Amino acid sequence: MTIWLTIAGMALLTVLIRASFLVFGQRLSFPAWLNRALHYVPAAVLTALVVPMALAPQGTLDLSPANPYLVGTLVAGAVALLTRRTLLAIVVSFALYGALRWLG
Amino acid sequence: MKPFALVLAGARDSLPMLVGAAPFGVIFGTLAVGAGLSAGATLAMSAFVFAGSSQFVAVSLIGAGAALPVIWLTTFVVNLRHALYSATLLPYARDWNARWRWPLAFWLTDETFAVVEHRFRSQGAAGGQWYQLGSSLAMYLNWFLWSVVGVWLGKAVPGLAGWGLDFAMVATFTAIVAPQLKKRPALAAAAAAGAVALLARGLPYKLDLMLAALVGVLAGVACEKLAERRVAA
Repeated sequence: MTIWLTIAGMALLTVLIRASFLVFGQRLSFPAWLNRALHYVPAAVLTALVVPMALAPQGTLDLSPANPYLVGTLVAGAVALLTRRTLLAIVVSFALYGALRWLG
Repeated sequence: MKPFALVLAGARDSLPMLVGAAPFGVIFGTLAVGAGLSAGATLAMSAFVFAGSSQFVAVSLIGAGAALPVIWLTTFVVNLRHALYSATLLPYARDWNARWRWPLAFWLTDETFAVVEHRFRSQGAAGGQWYQLGSSLAMYLNWFLWSVVGVWLGKAVPGLAGWGLDFAMVATFTAIVAPQLKKRPALAAAAAAGAVALLARGLPYKLDLMLAALVGVLAGVACEKLAERRVAA
């Protein structure tokens, strides 16, 4: 029973957070500086999600070339930057990551 | 563009994200079953919470026997970044009524946000709700289906959770962000956010993520201002 209560609470919290500005902020109009600041949200948040996983996958800093997360991330970034093809970057880096992890 | 064409365009532009989310959905299903959740509870979480990273954290907390308020608080903080997404999309959502806002808010993931924000910023937000609907539905069905596969594989293949499939999320987010970093303020935002996330990792309730996001945004703004001042001078 507790598990269903857990899930219901998580679902409610999550939808309220996502609805915060979109639903409840309808009449809000942001000042120009805030609109500009919000442009940096994708770069800041996604990088904050990626960096600890790439540089410290086990919790401690691992900058060695034997860290498949780090090598895979650098390759994903390089392919995306050079080709602008997101899917290609994901597939290539994932394949390389898998190879490093399982063959190396 | 007609609504249906926009829905299709939204789904098609989300294709890389669908591929990246697939392994993530699989390990979620695997981990959840491993932590003792029933198949029904696991799939209910994917269907009603629909927020990958918080589902992961919740499952590990449940497995560790954490108390309910701890799980809820952690969910709240892990998902708080979505409030930033919600705010970022607000200026583009001026014409949407509540019938649109609620479902699109429910389906607002990292991936859909990245796809639609890029589209709205570069091509304008006309018909944006249909476009976002396409991305949302594609991500939703994809997440649910791969969770099902994970539940099934979790029972069939022991040890799958340790295969490191979580790299798919890293690859997806990196591939989204990297092309944006050609502009200097975005690079500053990313560098600052990444550095803070790394240094502050392990803060309770994943507060490190919000701290990093805020510092990153400030760094982006500061860099933009500096560049302006240089042009003016």
